[in-house]
Amino acid sequence: MSSRKWNVVAAVVMAVGLSACSSTKLTEPSAQAPIETRTPLATAPGSGGSAANAPAVTQSATPQSQVATVDLARTSPVAASAGAAAPGQRVVLFDYDSFAIKDEYTALVDGHAKALGSNRARRMVIEGHTDERGGREYNLALGQKRADAVVKAMELLGVPANQLEAVSFGKERPVATGQDESAWARNRRAELKDR
Amino acid sequence: MPPFPIESNQHTSRRRILAGLGALAAWPAAAQFRVEVSGVGARQIPVTIASFRDQDKAGVAVADIVRADLERSGLFLASAADTALDERSSVVLADWRARGADALLAGSVTRLSDGRFDVRYKLWDALKNEEVMGQSKVVPAADLRLAAHRVADEVHQRLTGEPGVNATRIAYVLRTGRRFTLHITDADGEGGQVAVASPEPIISPAWSPDGRRLAYVSFETQKAVVWVQDLSTGERRMVANFRGSNSAPAWSPDGRQLAVALSRDGLTQLFTMPVSGGTPQRVTSSNSIDTEPVYSPDGRRIYFVSDRGGGPQIYRVDAGGGAVERITFAGNYNISPALSPDGRTLAFITRQGTAFRLMTMDLDGGGAVALTDTSDDESPSFAPNGRLLVYATRVQRQDVLMTTTLDGRIKTRLLSSGADMREPAWGPYGR
Repeated sequence: MSSRKWNVVAAVVMAVGLSACSSTKLTEPSAQAPIETRTPLATAPGSGGSAANAPAVTQSATPQSQVATVDLARTSPVAASAGAAAPGQRVVLFDYDSFAIKDEYTALVDGHAKALGSNRARRMVIEGHTDERGGREYNLALGQKRADAVVKAMELLGVPANQLEAVSFGKERPVATGQDESAWARNRRAELKDR
Repeated sequence: MPPFPIESNQHTSRRRILAGLGALAAWPAAAQFRVEVSGVGARQIPVTIASFRDQDKAGVAVADIVRADLERSGLFLASAADTALDERSSVVLADWRARGADALLAGSVTRLSDGRFDVRYKLWDALKNEEVMGQSKVVPAADLRLAAHRVADEVHQRLTGEPGVNATRIAYVLRTGRRFTLHITDADGEGGQVAVASPEPIISPAWSPDGRRLAYVSFETQKAVVWVQDLSTGERRMVANFRGSNSAPAWSPDGRQLAVALSRDGLTQLFTMPVSGGTPQRVTSSNSIDTEPVYSPDGRRIYFVSDRGGGPQIYRVDAGGGAVERITFAGNYNISPALSPDGRTLAFITRQGTAFRLMTMDLDGGGAVALTDTSDDESPSFAPNGRLLVYATRVQRQDVLMTTTLDGRIKTRLLSSGADMREPAWGPYGR
């Protein structure tokens, strides 16, 4: 191939190639979308979560291969169990494949419901968990069912809904490693935490 | 399925049967060039690839990346040339044909005055006895690996008629101790970069159709919240932070909507909402758990997991809601659906006894087929050419990311870690 033809071919190929990998210049964010940059921002409408602190962002030099790293510091202290209460008094354990609150935990749930009833400013979050068997998303939903069971039980005892939120960690935050029933049993739980 | 023995030939020293993974626990820096392929395709195309002139000066072994990419597909036998060649060389194709090559690739990597590099090559077809392709790519230094992957894709396409996926990326989550990181690597498992580092779990990464953003679930606020992040800038926004858990994001094919699983009304149910944030539209209404939505490639339907029938099974529904149709029937636990780009094949995870195994099923009819003989499979994800799946599993006490052809015959190991490695998601063609 003559060098001129080669240059034409190359130019055409390059044009095609470059158009396929088009410029990575970002479009401006749409007005309705809150973007987290350096300051804590309002979240999407309808959501009520806390804003995250500004993370550190580092960028490398190139458009197409570059991935900027977002480094999240711990944004809020992990809600600690209140004062003198022993850990065992804030954990409800569940049987395999079950969301039923066993009789042995009735007093625990009762006690926390009373504490919330006597102080309307208090809030609690109930965190549901599963053992490590099974898929992550399905287990997230199962853990949610466990947390919901505790919240419902407390609502039945008269606690207003706005003092409670049920969330789930699924299998992401086990307290016991190990692949035996004793570890699994400890992980199938709901934790009651002050907010 | 036991690996097929590799026929003995001059390339044997460069290939290994994927058997004792324990022996390969430590990956040296040149790991990307040590391709581990188990199983063989019907016939592999022998291609000779000469080192690109000045690739050493550029610091990126372009030809080696191309060879490894082609071998990893299972469709090629790639060998090096024993003479120095570049795209300007006069070649006697009969000589190369006599040495067993069906095709020959040679090129160069030239530094330009502005600091970028011009990657050029020519591909010769030794059977047709002619030059079939010539290309030039100008890239910044940090995109040289990407350029090499694009060369491999172009050769793959030219010689097989099908697109390669070497220039695509894979996202996955790594947990080391109390740190969770969301990684982006090239499709060969190399060039890893961290998109998010967090003290709390990250799950369910999902690529936008344009390959520029990831949706994922982060527990940084002590509950499951869906975020969308631009990969090249790090800009991120909270998209779903409703009461309870917000998870399982899936992009609509037009990139405008996310399907999500929300527990805001009690039980986890499916909703769709604009990626830019806004009011969720409910898609399913059941007295059960509905989660893990995934759009069909035409955007019209959503496949999902529901335990409305007892145990979790895979169903589908129109994207706007409506009648729900059950898809999986065998066994009592089927989760993690993934759709092939042509919409015809469903990949998923089934529980058999205590084992979790990757399956595929033809949606036109036909039973499900197991692709592996491992027992901790999770998170299948299709490559955008629909020919491969990536998944996570455990082999000899190590977490590994594997790829497999849809018939399960050709497998490669992408990454291996003593740490907790999970949730691989194969990115689209675009960047």
